[in-house]
This record gives sequence, C-alpha cells and structure tokens, in this order.
Amino acid sequence: MSELQHIKDPHIVLPDGSIEKTTTTLNLGPTHPATHGVFQNILEVDGERIVSSEQTVGYIHRAFEKIAERRPLYQITPLTDRLNYCSSPINNMGWHMTVEKLLGITLPKRVDYLRIIIMELARISDHLICNSIVGVDSGAFTGFLYVMQYRELIYEIYEEVCGSRLTTNIGRIGGFERNFNDIAFAKLEKFLAEYPAVLKEFENLFNRNRIFMERLIGAGPIGADRALNYGFTGPNLRAAGVDYDVRVQTPYSSYEDFEFEVPVGSTGDCYDRFLVRNQEMWQSLRIIEQAYAKVKEFKGKDAEVYHADVPEYYLPKKEDVYTKMEALIWHFKIVMGETEIPKGEVYHSVEGGNGELGFYLISDGGRTPYRLHFRRPCFIYYQAYSELTSGGMLSDAVITMSSLNLIAGEMDA
Amino acid sequence: MDQDYIKQRLIEKFGEAVTGFESPYGMLTFEAPKEMNLKVLQFLYDDEHLKFRFLTDLCAVHYPDNKGRELAIVYLLHNLVDNVRIRFKVFSPINEAGAPYTADIYTATKLFEAANWLERETFDFFGINFVGHPNLKRIMNVEEMDYYPMLKQYPLEDQSRVDKDDEMFGRGGSVI
Repeated sequence: MSELQHIKDPHIVLPDGSIEKTTTTLNLGPTHPATHGVFQNILEVDGERIVSSEQTVGYIHRAFEKIAERRPLYQITPLTDRLNYCSSPINNMGWHMTVEKLLGITLPKRVDYLRIIIMELARISDHLICNSIVGVDSGAFTGFLYVMQYRELIYEIYEEVCGSRLTTNIGRIGGFERNFNDIAFAKLEKFLAEYPAVLKEFENLFNRNRIFMERLIGAGPIGADRALNYGFTGPNLRAAGVDYDVRVQTPYSSYEDFEFEVPVGSTGDCYDRFLVRNQEMWQSLRIIEQAYAKVKEFKGKDAEVYHADVPEYYLPKKEDVYTKMEALIWHFKIVMGETEIPKGEVYHSVEGGNGELGFYLISDGGRTPYRLHFRRPCFIYYQAYSELTSGGMLSDAVITMSSLNLIAGEMDA
Repeated sequence: MDQDYIKQRLIEKFGEAVTGFESPYGMLTFEAPKEMNLKVLQFLYDDEHLKFRFLTDLCAVHYPDNKGRELAIVYLLHNLVDNVRIRFKVFSPINEAGAPYTADIYTATKLFEAANWLERETFDFFGINFVGHPNLKRIMNVEEMDYYPMLKQYPLEDQSRVDKDDEMFGRGGSVI
C-alpha cells in the first residue's frame, strides 16, 4: 500500500479512499453467464467473502403498466407472457381470472379443470428449470440435460392447445380459444406416464448427493420472520417454513376440488428451496392426475365445453363471424377494443412459479384499464438478496441467485 | 374476523380520521389522512387481533381530475393467520409542476422490508418522496430521467402517427 501512495502520475485519478480500502469492488453482471439474466450485483468482497452488495435492476424494463393503460383487455395477455416467461401460462390465466372477477364471469367446471392442468404443467416446467439450473451452477450438468426433454413435452402440449411454446398467450377471457385436441390429451398421458420415473431419477441424482448437499446446505438461508417481512411468497417462503400457498388460502379456478399437500422446509437455505420445489412437482403431478380424471368424466356435449358464454369479451368462432350478424358485431367490437369495461377496482392473485402473482386492476369505465399494477414476486423478494449473501462466499451467491429463481422479465416488468 | 370487526376497531382507535369504508369485490378498503399512514399501518401491525403483518403490495395511482387528492398510495395488507386482506389508501395533493417531488409521504420501510423497493418503484414512476427512506433513488428507469413517467400527463405515443421514419425500426420502406 505504501508503495502505491508514491504514484504521482497526474493522469491517474483514483477515487478517494481507494488505496486505503481493504476490500475489492466486484461487478457480478449485468451480463454474466452465472446470473441467467440481466442482473447487476456490485459486490464488496474481502477475498472470496462478500461483505456487502448492491443490486441494480431494470435492465429489461418495458413499461408494461404504462402500455396496459392504452390497451383493451385481451391485448394485455401477451404482456403478462413476458413477466415470468418460464411459466407464462400461469401469468396468462391469472390475468384472465382477474378480468373475469371484474366482469363477474363464472366459468364452467371443465374449463377450470383444463386451466388447472395447464397451470400445473407450467409450474412443473418452471420448477424444473430452476432446480436443474441449481444443479448446473453447482457443477452437475447431467440433470439439466436429462430433464429438458420433459420440458419440451410440456411445451408441445402448450403448442397443441394454443400454438406457441414460450410466450404462450394461452386461453382467452372466459375460457380457452379452442378445445383440447386428442393429440394434446395423448401427450398429457405420455407425460403423466413417463415423468414420475424421470423426476425420481432427477432426485436420485441430487437429493442425497454429498457434493451437492455440501454446496447447498447453509447457503443463502433466511428465517421465517425475515422472509415474511421481506414479502417472500411461493416456494422461497415455504422453504423458510411458512405454509402459505395462494391455491390453498384463497382458492381460485376450483383448486378447492383437489387434494394436495403444501410442502414446507425449515431453514430457508438453497437446499430447502430445492427440496420444496422438487416436492411441489410431485404435488403438481398429483393435481394434474386428478384434474385429468375429472376432465374425462365429462361426456358428450359437456366434453365440448371450453369457454363460458360471454359474447362481449370472448371472440366468436371464425365461421360464425362470416355467417352471423351478431358474431360479426362482437368480433369487430372486441378486435377494435370498443367494449367498455365496467367500473371497479379488483385485486386477484394466483400462485405463480415464484409466489403470489397479483394483478391490481382499476377501471374507470373506459375501454382500457385506468391503472394496472402487477405484484411481481421476484421483484419483491430480490430485495433480500443482499442480506442472504452478505457474509457468505462468492460461489454461494451464484447458487443463491439461481435457487431463488430470479426471472429478469418478471422483476423488471 | 369479519370486515365489520376491522372497521369497528379502526374507528375505535382513529375515530373520524379513517373514512371511505367500502368493499369492492369483497376486499375491505378504507382511507386515512396521509400524515397518519404510519400510525394506521403500525396499529394494524401491532394489534393482537388484527395482525396485518404482511405487506403484499404497494403502489400509487394518479387521478389528475381529483383536485386536492391527485395521488393515491395504496397499501395491500394481509393477515396470514386469519387469511384476511385489506386495502388501505392515502390520498395526497400533487405539488406544482417543476417541484422535485410530487408529494411527501412517510416511508413504511421501518415496518416492512418489502416496502423498500416498492417505494423506490413508486418514487421512480410517480415522483412520490418517501420521507425517511434509506435509499430513495430510481430503480427501473435511468437516473438521468427528469420526469415521472406513470403520471397521466405523459400519454403513450399515438399509434397512428405518421411522422416517424419506420424504416429505422425495421418496418415499412422498400423491400429489396
């Protein structure tokens, strides 16, 4: 240090105190391969130990809330796709349900069950990505490659239902755009038959793996009281030992008809988060099996029901648009966004992949929302990242980030 | 715990100050003067029966036509034990254009860590100064930005404008 102080080069201007400082400032991100998204962490490190950190977010902010103030309701669904893009169907459904709550639409049971199938598939694909990425970050690439084909199968099911894979724009206000076809059900059956064995093998690979356990246990822990104060929800809160699940506390889309458990952890560290997510995948499978059995009970005309009867908001069939006057009028009004939304103020939340995904919608009776606010679980719990990682090792910070399942799209809205 | 009970407790404690009780779509909503936001939040947090100890969401709404009550700050609180949600609003007049902030509200960060970034976001988009906030700076937008974009005086671009050179955006122009 003393030698450096003799440098008198006028071209070198160092910030005050930078020579005396004993810690190093390290930029982890904005684009770092280990962060899986655009996150910047300005870390103060003492050797490999993190002293403090500061997060910068907003790199992919797209002003969805502002854009939504100029869009008719059905055009907001594609915006919600781009929140948590690992489980966009849940976001889509959450948005549809918010609107349905505002409009007072009740859906036929079959639609509810079909939605549950899609939402739980989305939850599986979300947790699958998160958990296998935790594996990748701790040096185990095999699990990630191995489970990818089942995420692919889930995406193929979406494809049969709505035509797209990642940003799905699935469903419509009032139901689905079309009924599930036979291929969709066949693929679902294939998934239900094959996936349990794969998930079991995935667990065998990780759960009691000595290296994996030593890497994860005790990394990025948080207690239940701190987690609640930080506004944690979803698997990250449950890993800290709080059994809060929106599906149970405030059931939506007929979740009350199903039997499933809410797994909880105790220490709130990376390992518990991993276990909770794994266990939730088993529970999701259970729900899908029950929902599929219920869907199969609908026979004849009942098996043709895939949307509620709301002509003001549900786009009519194309052949009706060409042949019937009423359908033509509704089609025009919906597509041009000329339907007035009733005045009201509504909050609806669903259990997203990362926790409580809420939609706060205020309508002043116009054609677009007056104000729409997304409660994004990622954004809220990422605040705790500094507390989770301070005092730990740099490599633990990387694992903590992936095990929190931070999705830049959801955070920055 | 039903809504009448919560309402009764609040009126017992704050009397005339808490007003505007309603329950749109089943969620109890009420408002209080903006100076009292922390007192009300603290009471809801501490009370042994109410126990609203989880801040689900915090955001602002701009009503430019609502003279003297242009800005609303909305707190969404949750009692996880009894599973009750309430919505608490404070209204504030907006400062004249050119002022560094649009309004001043006490911060809830001492009560809820979750309020930290939510308040920064609200500051970023609506310009509300959360008095006592530990780190009140822009979170989503660039620091150099000199306006608050979610205020209603900043409309979105007119989709039908024609003066823009679309070729720069990969649309329009000649196809070779």
